[in-house]
Amino acid sequence: MDGSHVVIDDLAFGYPGDPFRLRIPKLELKSGEAVALVGPSGSGKSTLLSLFCGILLPVRGSVELEGVRWTHLSEAERRRRRIGRVGLVFQEFELFDPLSVLENVLLPYHVNPGLTLDDAARARAEALLSHAGIAPLAKKRPRSLSQGERQRVALCRALVTRPSLILADEPTGNLDPESANAALELLFQARDEGSTLVVVTHDHDLLPRFDRHLDFAVWGGRDGGPLS
Amino acid sequence: MKGTWLIAWRYVTYHRGRSILLMIALALTVVLPISVQVLVAKFERELSARAARTPLVLGAKGSRYDLVLSSLYFKGRIPEPVTMADVDDVRASNLADALPVIARNSAKGFPLVGVELDYYEFRRAWAIEGTLPQRLGDCVLGAEVARELGLGPGDSILSDQENLYDISKSYPLKMHVTGVLAQTDSPDDRAVFTDLFTIWVVEGIGHGHRPAEESTQEERFGSEGGHVKLNASIFEYNEITPENEASFHFHAEREELPLTGIICRPKNDKGRTILRGRYSVSKSRQLLVPDEVIGELLGFIFRLKAFFDANALAVFGATILFLSTIVLLSIQVRRRELLTLEKIGAARLTVTKIVAAELFLLLVGACLIAGLALAIAMPVLTRLAGV
Repeated sequence: MDGSHVVIDDLAFGYPGDPFRLRIPKLELKSGEAVALVGPSGSGKSTLLSLFCGILLPVRGSVELEGVRWTHLSEAERRRRRIGRVGLVFQEFELFDPLSVLENVLLPYHVNPGLTLDDAARARAEALLSHAGIAPLAKKRPRSLSQGERQRVALCRALVTRPSLILADEPTGNLDPESANAALELLFQARDEGSTLVVVTHDHDLLPRFDRHLDFAVWGGRDGGPLS
Repeated sequence: MKGTWLIAWRYVTYHRGRSILLMIALALTVVLPISVQVLVAKFERELSARAARTPLVLGAKGSRYDLVLSSLYFKGRIPEPVTMADVDDVRASNLADALPVIARNSAKGFPLVGVELDYYEFRRAWAIEGTLPQRLGDCVLGAEVARELGLGPGDSILSDQENLYDISKSYPLKMHVTGVLAQTDSPDDRAVFTDLFTIWVVEGIGHGHRPAEESTQEERFGSEGGHVKLNASIFEYNEITPENEASFHFHAEREELPLTGIICRPKNDKGRTILRGRYSVSKSRQLLVPDEVIGELLGFIFRLKAFFDANALAVFGATILFLSTIVLLSIQVRRRELLTLEKIGAARLTVTKIVAAELFLLLVGACLIAGLALAIAMPVLTRLAGV
C-alpha cells in the first residue's frame, strides 16, 4: 500500500484521575513501514498502540487508520474496522489454555461473525504454524508449550487474518534470544508482505532492523498538565 | 461447531472438575424437589386408589391410621386384634360381606398376610402362575416378591422367626408356594398370602407334632383323665405335609382366633348405613371408611410437603444466587481473557454469548446428571419410602 497508513495529528491523551499525559503533535506511519517504539516504562508506548487501533480514543486531536478517524466511528464500528485490519501481539501472549494451538490461531475467526472460517483460513493458519516451526504442536494446549513456542502461536494468531497493521507490544520481552529472533522473523516477513509493523521494545540492539524508531521520552510524561 | 459453542465447550471440558462440581450442585437442587414430588404423588395415588376400593374396615378401637394401614397396606404399627367372632357378627347381620385380614407376620422380610379366598376376588388378584393356596401350609406370592426372591410354584418359603432369642415362640414355618399373583401395582405385589389357619400356625396358636401316644416319657408332663400332657420338648413339625397335616390343631376356640382387621363390603347403601350406625356406638370396635382416613393422612403429608416445597424453593433460590456469584467471580477472574477477546475483535455480545453458552452447557449437564440420579434413585427411594 502506498501513502500514509496511520496519521496522528495534535494528539493528547490521559487516563481519568491519572497525571500521565501523552502528547504527539504529528506522527505519520507509511504503509509497509517497520517502526520501533522505545522509551521508559510508563511513557505511553502501549497506550499509543491502543490509540492506533481505536481501542482507546484521544481526548484531543485525531488518529486515522487508512484515512478514517477512529473518533468518527461508534464502538461497534471501530471493532468491525479493527477486524482483519489490525493484528495485535501481546507481551503476555494472551493465549486461551482451553483451546488447542490451532484453535488459538483461528480464534479471530471464532469470535468475529464478520470473518468466515473456511478452508482457506484453516490452510493459512496451518501454513503460518508450519512457517513458525510449530506445526507439530497444532493439537497441543498452550500450557504445554515453551515461552518461545507460545509467543509464536500468538504471532500466528495476529497474522492469520492478513492484517495491514501489526501492533506488537514487547513481543520478545519474555523470550530467549533464539526465540526472540524467530518471533521477529515472523513479524518482518509479514512486513515484507506489505503490512505496517509497529513494535514496542526495550531492546536497543533490535533497532537497526526497523526503518525508524520513535523515542517516547519526548512525548509521554506524568506532568498532569492540561489535555485540551 | 460454531465458534461460541466451541469456546464454551472447551472451557467446560478443560475445567472439568469445577464444571462437574457445579453440575452436581445444580442437579441436587433439581433432584430433591422432583423426587419429593414424584414420591408424594405416587404415595398419594396408591394410597388413595386402594382406600377408595375398600368400602369399610372393622377393627379394634384405637388408632384409625394403624388399623387402615395394617389392614389395607400391611404397614405401620399392629393394632389391637379383633377376632373371628367379629367376622361371624358381620356375616350374621347379612348387611355386608366380611373379608378377614391378618397381617402381623412376615416371610423373608415381606408381609405375610392371612386371608380367605374371597380376598383375591375382591382385590382382583389372580394367579398368573400356578394356583391360589389350596391346603394348609400353602402360600401365593405377590408379583414383586416372586421377582425379587426368584421363587415360583413348587418352591418353598420360610416365615420369619418372630424372636430369635425367645424359645417360647413358634418356629418358622416352611410354606409351599403354589402360585404367583398378577402385578396389581398395589401393596399386594409386595406381600406373601396364605390362608388364615396357616397364619395362626405361624403365630403358634396352632401346631402339629408327633402323636401323643408315641411320645417318650421325657416329652410328657404327665397324664390326667386319659389325656397325655406334653411338654415343650415334643417334636413339632415346621412344615405341613399331607402326612402330618392331620396332626395340626389349634389351642383356641375358632371365635377367639385373632385378626388385624375385617374388610366389610356392604350389600347396599342401607346395609352400609346400618352397619356404620351399629359400630359407631361400640366401645371396643370401630368401623372406618378408609377413604376418609387416608384423606386425613394425606392432608398431613401435604402440609409436610408444602414445607418441603418451600424448603426446596429456598435451596433453589440460594443455589441460583450462589451460581450467579460463581459466574460473576469467574468473569472477574477471566476479565483479562475476555478483554483480549474484545481486543481481537469480539463484540461484547459475543463475549456474553460465550459465557451464556457455558452456563447452558452446565445446565444441560446438570439436567443429565439429575435425570440419571432420578432414574437410579427413584426405585430405591420408592422402596425405602415403602410406596
